[in-house]
Amino acid sequence: MITFMNNSDSEEEPCNERTSLMSAESPPVPSYQDGPQASEGGEAQAHRKRRAGSSRGPNNVAGGEMSGSGVPVRESALENEEEELTLKYGAKHVIMLFVPVTLCMIVVVATIKSVRFYTEKNGQLIYTPFSEDTPSVGQRLLNSVLNTIVMISVIIVMTVFLVLLYKYRCYKFIHGWLILSSLMLLFLFTYIYLGEVLKTYNVAMDYPTLFIVIWNFGAVGMICIHWKGPLQLQQAYLIMISALMALVFIKYLPEWSAWVILGAISIYDLMAVLCPKGPLRMLVETAQERNEPIFPALIYSSAMMWTVGMAKPDTAARGPSQQTWDAAEDGREHLRSPSHAESQMSETRSPVPTRPVSSLEELEEEERGVKLGLGDFIFYSVLVGKAAATASGDWNTTLACFVAILIGLCLTLLLLAVFKKALPALPISITFGLIFYFSTDNLVRPFMDTLASHQLYI
Amino acid sequence: AFFWLLSLLAASLLWFVSVQLSGREDAALLQLGAAAAVLLQELCRFACFKILKKVDEGLATLSEDGRSPISLRQMAYVSGLSFGIISGAFSIINILVDSAGPGTVGIHGDSPYYFITSAFLTMALVLLHTFWGVIFFDACERRHAGGLGLVVGSHLLTSGLTFLNPWYEASLGPIFILTLCTGLWAFGTAGGSFHNVLKCLSCKGGQD
Repeated sequence: MITFMNNSDSEEEPCNERTSLMSAESPPVPSYQDGPQASEGGEAQAHRKRRAGSSRGPNNVAGGEMSGSGVPVRESALENEEEELTLKYGAKHVIMLFVPVTLCMIVVVATIKSVRFYTEKNGQLIYTPFSEDTPSVGQRLLNSVLNTIVMISVIIVMTVFLVLLYKYRCYKFIHGWLILSSLMLLFLFTYIYLGEVLKTYNVAMDYPTLFIVIWNFGAVGMICIHWKGPLQLQQAYLIMISALMALVFIKYLPEWSAWVILGAISIYDLMAVLCPKGPLRMLVETAQERNEPIFPALIYSSAMMWTVGMAKPDTAARGPSQQTWDAAEDGREHLRSPSHAESQMSETRSPVPTRPVSSLEELEEEERGVKLGLGDFIFYSVLVGKAAATASGDWNTTLACFVAILIGLCLTLLLLAVFKKALPALPISITFGLIFYFSTDNLVRPFMDTLASHQLYI
Repeated sequence: AFFWLLSLLAASLLWFVSVQLSGREDAALLQLGAAAAVLLQELCRFACFKILKKVDEGLATLSEDGRSPISLRQMAYVSGLSFGIISGAFSIINILVDSAGPGTVGIHGDSPYYFITSAFLTMALVLLHTFWGVIFFDACERRHAGGLGLVVGSHLLTSGLTFLNPWYEASLGPIFILTLCTGLWAFGTAGGSFHNVLKCLSCKGGQD
C-alpha cells in the first residue's frame, strides 16, 4: 500500500530526469507497516490471516500479524499457548527487523563519514525548488516549509495515482514502472556510488572491470528482487537499495527542508494509513478485497520470501523456511490458496524501493515474518545519515538518533501486536529521532564535551 | 539504553539552563551538573525497573506454567549492561574518533596518558553499570533500601572520583577497587558463591 504507492511515485520520476527520479523515489509514502505489514497493507494482512489461520486456527488473524512485539493481548484462555508462541516469535521478529535497519543505517553512516561526495551541496532536486541560501532566518524557514509542501504534494499525487492504477488493475503499467525504477536504482546509482567510493580511496579501476562488476550486481539484483533468489541475498539487495536511496536524499535535500520533510512525512504517513479515506488504507483494503499480496518487491521480508516471486498465480509457496525458494510451492499453496496475488504484485513492484515494505511472510507453519516497507528503511537512514553529516557533536548524536529510532520501531511493533492491523512505521520512530537529534545536538553535546575535556565521567 | 539517554537529556537540560542563567561556566556548575546526571540516571534505572517488572508480570501471566521465560535477574543484567554500553559509548566514541586522527596527546601540558586512562575508566564504568543494575534490581525487588542507597552512593562516589583526574592514582585506583567490590557483591546477589564457582569449574573439568 503505502509502500506500493511510494514506489510508483518514484518510478515515474526517473523517466524524466535524474533529479526527478531521485525525488520521486524518495517521497513514496512511507507506509510502513510496522507490524505485519503496514505498508504492504492489505495483502499482507490477507496473507497473514490465512497463514495465521493455517498455523493457528482460522480465526487467529492476530497471530499472523504479530510480528513484532509479541505482546499478545489475548483474551481467551485458549490462546494462551498461541500467545506465548506469538510472543516468542514476536520477539524474534523484532530482532529480525533490528538487524536490517541497523545494517542500512551503518552503511549510510559509514558512507557519509568517509565519502565526501554525499555531504557536498551540488544543487537541489526539482522537488525542492526553493533555495536555502537566503540571508535571513525567516526567509530560510519559509523556503523550507514551501519545499516541504511541494514534496509532500508530489508524494500525495503519486500515491493517489498509484492507488488509482491499482484499483483499475493496470498491473502492467505498475509493473513496468517498478521495473524501470529498480533498473535505474540498481545500475545508475550504484555506478555513481562506486565511482565516488573509488575516488575517495584513490583506487584505480578500469572501465571493463567496472562494467562487469556493475552489470553483475545489477542483473543479480533485478532477478533477486523481482523474481526468485535466496532470501538473504534479496534482503541484502533491498538493504543496499534503501541505503542508496537514502544517500541520494541526504545529498540533495537542503538542510532545514530535510528536517521539515521528515516531520511532515511522518504526519502524512500517519494520516494516510489510519484515515478511512487515506490512500494507503484504500490500497490495503483493495488488496484485501482481492486477496492479493502486496507488492513484494517493495517490502522487506524478514522471514520467508514469499514476496519476491514471479507473478504467477500459483507460485504461492515459497518455501517454508528461509532457505531457497524453489520448493515451497506446494506448501505454500495449501497454506495460502487465496493469496497468490502476491506474486503477481511483486513483479510489478519493483523499482523504487522507496518504501518497500518488509513483510514478514510467514513461513508455512508458525514462522511469521514481519514486513517493513522499504520507505521506512529509507527515512530512518536519512535521519541517521543527516545526523551524522551535519551534527557537530558527531557520533554522540548519531548514536542517540540510532537508539531513538530502534526504540520507536519497538514501540510500533508493540502497537502492531496490540492492534493487529497495518500501522504506519514512521511516526513514532521519526518523532523520537527528531527529538533526540535536536536535543542531543544542542543540549547534550556541550555538556558531554565539557565533561570529556576534564575527563569526568557520570 | 533509551532510559539512560533520557536521563542524560534531562541532566544536560538542567546544566544548560543553569549555565545560561548564571552566565558563566565554572567548575561548580559542572559538579552540580554531574551530580544531577548521576541522580537522574538512577531515577531512570528505577523507571526501567518498574517497567520491566510490569513486563515480567505480563509475561508470567501469558505463559503456560506461570513463570516468565526471562527471569528478573536476566532483565537486571541486560538493563545494567545496556546502561553501561550506552554510557561507555557516549564517553569514549568521540575520543576514539579523535585518536584515529592526527595529533599529539597532551601537547598543551595535559597528561599524555589521556587515551589509555579514558579507556580504562570507560571499561570500569561499563562494568560498574552492569553490577549496579543487578544489585539495584535485586534491592528493589526485595525492598532493601540499603542496597539502593549503596548503589546511588557508589555511583556518586565514582563520579566524584573522576573529578580528581588527572591525578590518576587517586581516581583510577579507588575506582578499580570499587569495581571489584561491586562485582563481588553483584555476584553474591545474583546467587553465586564460591561453591558455585568451584562446581562450575569442576563440572567443566569433569566432562573433559
